Amino acid sequence: MAAITTKDPFQIGNRTFHSRLIIGSGKYASFEENLACAEASGAEVVTVALRRVNLDPAKGPSLLDVLSPERFTILPNTAGCYTAEEAVTTARLGRELLDTDLVKLEVIGDERTLYPDVAATLEAAETLLAEGFTVLPYITDDPVACQRLAAMGCPAVMPLAAPIGSGMGIRNPASLRIILETVEVPVIVDAGVGTASDAAVAMELGATAVLMNTAIAQAKQPEPMAHAMRMAVEAGRLAYTSGRMPMRLYASASSPLDGIARL
Amino acid sequence: MSSETASPALRISINGDPHSVPGGMTVAGLLSELGMAERRIAVARNGEVVPKSSFDKAGIDAGDRIEILEAVGGG
Repeated sequence: MAAITTKDPFQIGNRTFHSRLIIGSGKYASFEENLACAEASGAEVVTVALRRVNLDPAKGPSLLDVLSPERFTILPNTAGCYTAEEAVTTARLGRELLDTDLVKLEVIGDERTLYPDVAATLEAAETLLAEGFTVLPYITDDPVACQRLAAMGCPAVMPLAAPIGSGMGIRNPASLRIILETVEVPVIVDAGVGTASDAAVAMELGATAVLMNTAIAQAKQPEPMAHAMRMAVEAGRLAYTSGRMPMRLYASASSPLDGIARL
Repeated sequence: MSSETASPALRISINGDPHSVPGGMTVAGLLSELGMAERRIAVARNGEVVPKSSFDKAGIDAGDRIEILEAVGGG
């Protein structure tokens, strides 16, 4: 029998990762909580945003003093960008700041839903790929958009399962399944997870990894939730690789039908 | 008032706020003045990235829009 293992690495471009849980670093009460949750989640990759620095000389430490790039793979995002041009410039700034070719590309098309602008995302991805970026695009659950991004050279695609920060769970299992069946690159489910079972569902569908932020950061107790998410992602992955039983409409007895006593 | 050889102060914006800086200043000089020299930051000047390797060469002109960014929590 093969050894049971949750050490099941995957590749994004030329990088190998062992944790299939990628976390965001937003909405935490403190840097300490941020680090505690990153540790409890077992995540290797943590996303960050780029924002104006506080010019007050009395400012405290920065996030990267706590979430050290030596310890975590820091994935800068382009959150808040509504045009391809803004996203491209933000990605370049992230590269300068972190000495990384990685970027989580987000070009938002609608303020209320935070749905991606697919056309602008494709445009920005093309520019950034040509500049040598490793582009991980946040995208709608549209198989064609995901196929286009993969064909352009994105080493993974990151379709949403529900709006960012909504915690509604995996609302689109059919779309995600089509993406998983038709896209050759890793599929990271990004946005929508609200609780551990959602993360397990995403992994059981065959997602390569799950990216979440609010589900941990806004749990009543974020640190134990981070651990719950770690276990859920591992459990979901192991269930996926184990192959679930087929569903049946009617019962199938688990106890033998032979040898039942006549009483 | 300054003599003819001294550079006049330049009005620029930093992160959206008006600032005055001495003429002839570089991005590196500005960051040092702001106490940012050791911080992990990235700089855009008029919407264009200023590479770290150019901080000590990139000059600042009147009317420049300087953005100084850092990594913050985000998803």
